[in-house]
Amino acid sequence: MKFGKIIGRVVSTQKVESFEGLKLVLVQPLNEKLEVAGDALVAVDTLQADIGQIVYYETSKEASRIIEKEMNPCDAAVMGIVDDIQLIFRP
Amino acid sequence: MIGTVVSSTKAPGYESRKILVVQPVDPKGNYIGTSFLAIDAVQAGVNDLVLTIEEGNSARQIIQDADAVTVKTVVAAIVDEIST
Repeated sequence: MKFGKIIGRVVSTQKVESFEGLKLVLVQPLNEKLEVAGDALVAVDTLQADIGQIVYYETSKEASRIIEKEMNPCDAAVMGIVDDIQLIFRP
Repeated sequence: MIGTVVSSTKAPGYESRKILVVQPVDPKGNYIGTSFLAIDAVQAGVNDLVLTIEEGNSARQIIQDADAVTVKTVVAAIVDEIST
């Protein structure tokens, strides 16, 4: 899993059957200090995260299993909304 | 292991599980790459050197929950010593 920030919503009317009724969001990957780390990606969001919220997301097969459907072609999904991060002091 | 994450809204499979912030290190302990998050299976503490696994089937066996189908990344061990 990685930290990410919801930076947008992706609206799509023509999509594969298993994506119907699902919310797609644009996620900007972040590091633990919430600095940008890599390119933005599109993820499935079942937790109704708002734009600007910090979340964590998982990729690959496990992400597709957020939806209980066979043969779901999803490769990233929001797994939780971050309330707080507690970090140690980095020497 | 450099921190913990507090999160109340979670996907199925993540409920009541502790989520840790993990920073990859090289054999000398220098930070390399970007931090990531993992579910804790060994009661790791902050600053512990840990082993993580990023593979779903192994992760589900480690947390002993076959129904946690969305779980992929798990802290599997705390490292006591590395001898070279």
